Amino acid sequence: MSNLLDEVTERALKLNVPLSVQLDLTYRCNERCVHCYLDHHDYGEMTTAEIKHLLEEMAEAGVFILTLSGGEIMLRKDFFEILEYARRQLTFCVKLKTNAILIREQEAARIRDLGVESIQISVYSHRPEIHDAITLVPGSLKRSLDAARFLKSQGLRVIFANPVMAQTFQDYPGVRALAAEMGLESTIDPTITPMMDGDRSVLDLNIDRASLHQLFRDESLVVDAEESCVVDAADQDKLQHLPCSAGHTTCYVSPYGDVFPCVQFPLPTGNVRKQRFVDIWRHSERMNEVRSIRLKDLSTCTSCTHMSSCSRCPGLAYMEGNMRGPSSADCEKSFAKTGIPSANMLAKKRAAANLVQIRSIPAPGPMAGASASA
Amino acid sequence: MSKLYVARSPRVAARSLGGEMMIMSGRDSTLFTLNETASILWQAADGTTPLEEIVEQKICSEFEVEPSEALQDAETVARELAGHHILQISEQPMPQPSPASGASR
Repeated sequence: MSNLLDEVTERALKLNVPLSVQLDLTYRCNERCVHCYLDHHDYGEMTTAEIKHLLEEMAEAGVFILTLSGGEIMLRKDFFEILEYARRQLTFCVKLKTNAILIREQEAARIRDLGVESIQISVYSHRPEIHDAITLVPGSLKRSLDAARFLKSQGLRVIFANPVMAQTFQDYPGVRALAAEMGLESTIDPTITPMMDGDRSVLDLNIDRASLHQLFRDESLVVDAEESCVVDAADQDKLQHLPCSAGHTTCYVSPYGDVFPCVQFPLPTGNVRKQRFVDIWRHSERMNEVRSIRLKDLSTCTSCTHMSSCSRCPGLAYMEGNMRGPSSADCEKSFAKTGIPSANMLAKKRAAANLVQIRSIPAPGPMAGASASA
Repeated sequence: MSKLYVARSPRVAARSLGGEMMIMSGRDSTLFTLNETASILWQAADGTTPLEEIVEQKICSEFEVEPSEALQDAETVARELAGHHILQISEQPMPQPSPASGASR
């Protein structure tokens, strides 16, 4: 299937079709995860009618894969009405992202009946005391796991999403083992992203270099750790490649109708309350600017040893101040894989060295403080 | 010979991309793409129009092909898609709610 999906993605790219969109239905949430990048207040979410209209526009524009996320999607009282419209009327391939603590047998059956492709549930640890300390909701792990069982028993595809951070690093093997025991899939992500308002304090929760190094050499995660950690030979062809799919075949829409290239790329490109979705996608100057960037256009990164293999996220680079610049979190990953500092890391080191200038100062003579001619 | 009716499976996801359908099976998330003629057949599969009529009106009118040959090909394609559970086949009409226009663009 992956080859066919690649072909379809390539075709969508040529036709300028937004193949995949993440739509956050709400930023409200019933958990208070310590690393979350969202502001959970409701500043005027789209109404049911507005969302249905947007879904029609998305279908018209060619969107095939629709990821409904949040916040917690189940907090919308019209969640099933929206889901039913997306599936039965508009035949999207729908994926859900949820903490699942409001999903019981009845909800699981409805999700099955509506033909949802997959449900991704956030799980931070297999140990309740650790998971619940991240969500700040006592009993949340048990409820999420119960929901996963209800969904699995309906024959649905369930995926544990395991964001790995300092407090949970030692538990990722436990989460993977739990998923395997329950017959579920699991993914891990070692990147904590800044808050949407730019606050970077949550980045302190990221795992340290030693843990990242360990992660990339865990043979249960990578097929061949040695091979995946070598530096690729410089490849000039890759300079013409796209940095990622953001703005090319994918985009993100907030609960307020703002359209961004990606959920991790908070560059506003338009609002569906004021413009048609397809017009934003095709004609937004900012979306087209993102779309115009090739690897050869990146500052710093084009001279980097890791350029061919780097997982550089343009959204994280944007949040660092330059969408054509490096993403430090990905520099750290490249360094953890290979032990070789990125061009960005070396540049920062040089800049830091220039900031601290130490010169020897001649020792004061006996006449110090007095005029030389005195 | 009895008439054959075809209907899109309600559990699949579907969208047209440059005139060719992308279909994802609701059973196992397998992705299929249909060529232009199979896409025409898929889009016309409303459960109530006989396959023979679909072939005459939608395929023979667009392509230079013998109706009997086109019908034989269409039946083969329909049975193959039914084997993947993304299309339903019956000798009786299968009325069903039609999706909004955006679904088949």
